[in-house]
Amino acid sequence: MCLGIPGKVVEIRDDGPLRMGKVDFGGVRKEACLAYVPEVEIGDYVIIHVGFAISRLDEDEARKTLELLRLIDADMVEMELGSMFAPEGPPASVAPPPATA
Amino acid sequence: MKYIDEYRDSDLARKLVDEIHRVTTKPWSLMEVCGGQTHTLVKQGIDEALPKGVRMIHGPGCPVCVTPLEQIDKALAIAARPDVIFSSYGDMLRVPGSTTDLLSLKARGADVRIVYSPLDAVRIAVANPDRQVVFFAIGFETTAPANAMAVWQASRLGLSNFSVLVSHVLVPPAMTAILDSPTCQVQAFLAAGHVCAVMGWTEYEPIAERYHVPIVITGFEPLDLLEGILMAIRQLEEGRAVVENQYARAVKREGNRAAQEAIARVFEAGDRTWRGIGSIPSSGLHLRPEFAKFDAEARFEVGDIHTQEHPACIAGQILQGTKTPLDCTAYGTLCSPQKPLGAPMVSSEGVCSAYHAAGRGLAAPTAFPLYELSRPRGEAPR
Repeated sequence: MCLGIPGKVVEIRDDGPLRMGKVDFGGVRKEACLAYVPEVEIGDYVIIHVGFAISRLDEDEARKTLELLRLIDADMVEMELGSMFAPEGPPASVAPPPATA
Repeated sequence: MKYIDEYRDSDLARKLVDEIHRVTTKPWSLMEVCGGQTHTLVKQGIDEALPKGVRMIHGPGCPVCVTPLEQIDKALAIAARPDVIFSSYGDMLRVPGSTTDLLSLKARGADVRIVYSPLDAVRIAVANPDRQVVFFAIGFETTAPANAMAVWQASRLGLSNFSVLVSHVLVPPAMTAILDSPTCQVQAFLAAGHVCAVMGWTEYEPIAERYHVPIVITGFEPLDLLEGILMAIRQLEEGRAVVENQYARAVKREGNRAAQEAIARVFEAGDRTWRGIGSIPSSGLHLRPEFAKFDAEARFEVGDIHTQEHPACIAGQILQGTKTPLDCTAYGTLCSPQKPLGAPMVSSEGVCSAYHAAGRGLAAPTAFPLYELSRPRGEAPR
């Protein structure tokens, strides 16, 4: 029950005072409460937890993580891994390691 | 981008494992806080692919597992009443109380219903005005916004037949309780990504500083976990101890403000008992006084129930990371997912259940790790 899963928002509506919607999980559509993600639009991915969206997934961050993971090799990993977690920092290629929270 | 398959790439996983081997020069003990992370680590064999001496200690972050026996017995007492519809997340139904469990009560005729969202419980209350509908509001900071919304909606709708049996726990006080223990072996934490998606990570910064312990907020896919482990080991090797965010695609430093406000509107912090661990100050959430009329414990007068664990079950030590399921004499014999003695064998996020599903310590394995590494454990990568 405690596993949050990513899904794509395919419908948004106001159900009385509550922002509700439908979220697609790889073909399976489920009702979800979107009250805690007011910024979310149709097509966005969210993490759904017990029927509630708790976070909008940031596509740029997701791509950044994957691209840098693919670049891992012994020589450059130090710089790359250090730079990729700068919260609001400059582009990864120029960010100084180590970046911390 | 589907946010799932991309994080299960086995070539990338192998690279990360190699990199972890390359940077590791000493034995280290890391704790993954969340049961969802434990499940992936064990199922994929990630913990067994780490360098010799690097140990994953499985943390207490399984909400079903740490819900105290007393709360289960209170749930059973309430659910047995003929005027009650008892609703719960499905995982709680097979958790053994002192004498029975919710599923057995249901088989004997009690009206016990599984809900996916707490709002479903509110809908049941609206549809059944002549029945008392009780929702078992358990979990960590991840379910708290949902459970708070259910209470808020019931209040807004003026429902007099809805109440919640609250058993909410918070992660940071449990981490400090673990660090304060004289037997603590944890040198770094992988913090629970979705708890931090709600709460952010400012609460963790003083913990990292005070205890000089690296904390890496980590996601749930295999690559997330491997990268979280790599980041934690880098900090340990370099003597750093700060909060870092591996799960940047879902977690921001400030967390989800709207969800935090909803939690604070309905709940307040207070002492909580953790199953197997005991009472931890300010480690849980209770209803605020203005929502006290939704408190099922008061409504059904079950506040006085006190109970004891099965003597063979060492769930408490397992939840604190001082023992593993393989140290338990009941594991796989007296205790199995079909007939659990303790909560960690019930929930899919429980460490005993994760070990059992992966065939660890059992005669016939039931699952195989994804990562079959060609080189022996502990050997340095090329």
